[in-house]
Amino acid sequence: MGIIRNIAASLVLLRQSSVKNNHKVIMSRRLHARRTDGVDKNVWVEFTQLAADYKAVNLGQGFPDFSPPQFIQEAFCKAINGGPQMHQYTRAFGHPPLVKSLAKFFSRIVVQDIDPLEDILVTVGAYQALFCAFQGLIDEGDEVIIIEPFFDCYQPMVVMAGGKAVYVPLRPREGSAILSSGDWVLSADELASKITPRTKAIVINTPNNPLGKVYKTEELQMIADLCIKHNLLCFSDEVYEWLTYDGAKHIKIASLPGMWERTVTVGSAGKTFSATGWKVGWAIGSGNIIKYMKTIHQNSVYHCATAAQEAVAHGFEREYELFGTPESYFQQLPTMLHHKRKKLASCLESVGLQPIMPEGGYFMVTDISSVKVDLNDLSTKDELYDFRFVKWLIKEKGLATIPVSAFYSPEHSKEFDKYIRFCFVKEDSTLDAAEAILRKWSQKE
Amino acid sequence: MSIARQVLNCSRFTCRSAHVTCRKTFTTSQHVMMSRHTHAKRIEGLDKNVWVAFTALAADPSVVNLGQGFPDIPPPSYVKEALAKAASVDRMNQYTRGFGHPSLVKALSQVYGKAYGRQIDPLKEILVTVGGYGSLFSAIQALVEEGDEVIIIEPFFDCYVPMVRMAGGKPVLIPLRLDVSRCHADWFLDPDELAGKFNSKTKAIIINTPNNPIGKVFTKDELQMIADLCIKHDTLCFSDEVYEWLVYRGHQHVKIATLPGMWDRTVTIGSAGKTFSVTGWKLGWSIGPEQLMKHLQTVMQNSLYTCPTPLQEAVAQGLLLNYELMDQPECYFTSLADELEGKRDRLADIVEEAGMTPVIPEGGYFMLVDVTALNQDLSHMDEDEAYDYKFVKWMIKEKKLAAIPVTAFVGEESTKDFEKYIRLCFIKQDSTLDAARSILKSWTKV
Repeated sequence: MGIIRNIAASLVLLRQSSVKNNHKVIMSRRLHARRTDGVDKNVWVEFTQLAADYKAVNLGQGFPDFSPPQFIQEAFCKAINGGPQMHQYTRAFGHPPLVKSLAKFFSRIVVQDIDPLEDILVTVGAYQALFCAFQGLIDEGDEVIIIEPFFDCYQPMVVMAGGKAVYVPLRPREGSAILSSGDWVLSADELASKITPRTKAIVINTPNNPLGKVYKTEELQMIADLCIKHNLLCFSDEVYEWLTYDGAKHIKIASLPGMWERTVTVGSAGKTFSATGWKVGWAIGSGNIIKYMKTIHQNSVYHCATAAQEAVAHGFEREYELFGTPESYFQQLPTMLHHKRKKLASCLESVGLQPIMPEGGYFMVTDISSVKVDLNDLSTKDELYDFRFVKWLIKEKGLATIPVSAFYSPEHSKEFDKYIRFCFVKEDSTLDAAEAILRKWSQKE
Repeated sequence: MSIARQVLNCSRFTCRSAHVTCRKTFTTSQHVMMSRHTHAKRIEGLDKNVWVAFTALAADPSVVNLGQGFPDIPPPSYVKEALAKAASVDRMNQYTRGFGHPSLVKALSQVYGKAYGRQIDPLKEILVTVGGYGSLFSAIQALVEEGDEVIIIEPFFDCYVPMVRMAGGKPVLIPLRLDVSRCHADWFLDPDELAGKFNSKTKAIIINTPNNPIGKVFTKDELQMIADLCIKHDTLCFSDEVYEWLVYRGHQHVKIATLPGMWDRTVTIGSAGKTFSVTGWKLGWSIGPEQLMKHLQTVMQNSLYTCPTPLQEAVAQGLLLNYELMDQPECYFTSLADELEGKRDRLADIVEEAGMTPVIPEGGYFMLVDVTALNQDLSHMDEDEAYDYKFVKWMIKEKKLAAIPVTAFVGEESTKDFEKYIRLCFIKQDSTLDAARSILKSWTKV
């Protein structure tokens, strides 16, 4: 006993002295929590940095380079200059004027009485709404079905919640030329085959990032049927809900029979009002499910910033009155983007690339398999083709995009490494600059 | 299982025939369905929250609210102007750098580089979060897990315990004790008692200085004692210093991270909300060594990714302005502390006049008040609740004055030692404090 105590004492002394001599030696045992294992890499951190370093024309990350609409900026200004309460804590689960205007607005759309206090949680962007959904509802060992290509955060969020991601890819329809995101489809059999007794939820994103697919009623009904049959939850990421083109219609899966009580629908003021930097989002769903997300929220961030919520509330009040009319921003924005989408598509086609026309959203995916370049960058030689291509395009041509395999699971990414994603929610001058780069490049060939 | 399926099949059939019937049928089968929709285990028992309960009670406009900690005094005008200006710039309305807006992390690096007396890398050693709250969350999620013990000093800002539990950790509580032997009562940590709480499972200790709710400002010696234990047992330290600028005459804020051997094992948390009296902006920051901060950054990038841009830009401007004025009376960090010291003394007088005993805080904007002398009979109220909970509820209802019960900030075992205290917030307009005075005056007259 005495010997052990002596050894223990000397070990403590040794450790103490090693700490004093080299302050970097700490935590002889494990430092970071296991939940952060394997979720540290992030495509945005890498590519945003590259685009900035090379001062590239940035059609990469998804944010507008034009201003939010006048009325929303005015609303924000008004809130900033409003009384002192605009700069102090508001209600934790959502600023009362905002949850009321969201409830009023969306009740009309889903034809469901949405309770502003029970059925809505306001979050720091749609991103945090997703986080609350996964953390509040997914447990160790739960399986979550993710439809590929997927907004990249779903996978690490599932992992961080202890869940297991199960992937089902959208595939280009057999036979015909793949001209539109509508030609990418989900196989009902393949989806059904992925469901096990451990499946807790399915994540859908419509309009989809990056493809731009806008799921049709039949497609959503197929998913809904499986959710109901197997008693699954559905997390529906609808941040681009107002951005549909060529008559495509956005359908809310929560409005299908039997789905309200099992669906969390996520929305974003950033995408709705072209103000991504405000980071105001929300989750809407049955209070029975939202309440668990509230617990996560109250133990993670607790409140969201007040003034921006006040401004977004005004935005929705305005849109409620103007809904369906030409003055509605929800009409004007897709109209403006429709033209930009066409502009980018023609520009890509004119240089021999094959864009997949998105039915909705901010992005256009392009097949680059026909492009012949010598990717002689040794630093990227172990990466997938599209990653290498995008890095080359940034460094050599000064044009930033995002590699689409970043939106696929490790098991399927190799099948989809010949696509890159462009964001067209940019000023015409930015699109023109991109066009100039592409023309110059194609002329050289 | 099969019964559930039968009910489900039934309901689906009914659903197809009539949407109206569908709703009703689902209410019955909802119960069956919902039993599978259980929440994740991590939130078990974490749904209760003192603020949700008491903020609702105090929301009545006729109630004089000295409860929740937010100013009803306006923030400095230049900070609001900076926000309006930032919001008018297109780029400022779009996403910024995930781990912190460049101009803000640079300003933080400048201000804190001076406070710490070391070069702080703005990109690797700083993370901007949604309030001090968000920093606590990121630190605990990044560094605490199942099997870890975390020492928490009572009374503690109430979120520490649920956050540690949500991360799978085990909170180990140690109370500050009141030493009445000195002429000026002092709250202290018993060194032996503290040492006894450390063991091989101890992952971290959370300290809060200036402390909420007591207002204790830990001295250098006290922090050294804690630091010695951290080093001896190789534990981390999460130092919540959101009230760092609000320290009153005779006291000095000391950063535990500046003590030898502590930089590498400490995450220090700050708050724009408390610094600039803009709690509704919900911006805060964590500062620490890269080997710790990189894990907080991982949590950030997988939880909310980035904080609002225009708010960050405005805070950067506010910090730079005050950096130039540091140590001068015009510096907001100094002027706010001066203003609050006056309010603190005013509230202490009001409380004493009313026959109660204030615990004069050395820092922060809360005051503990011992209500024993009032001898208020609350036997008609719910027996299960601690005295202070009953007292505050009664006071809000009967006297229209809101406070916060202090046992919300302690564990069950310490309840009996703290249930005679209520917490009052004094970062309020003089008119609010006057209104409180009127209430207390008329109360004791009865």
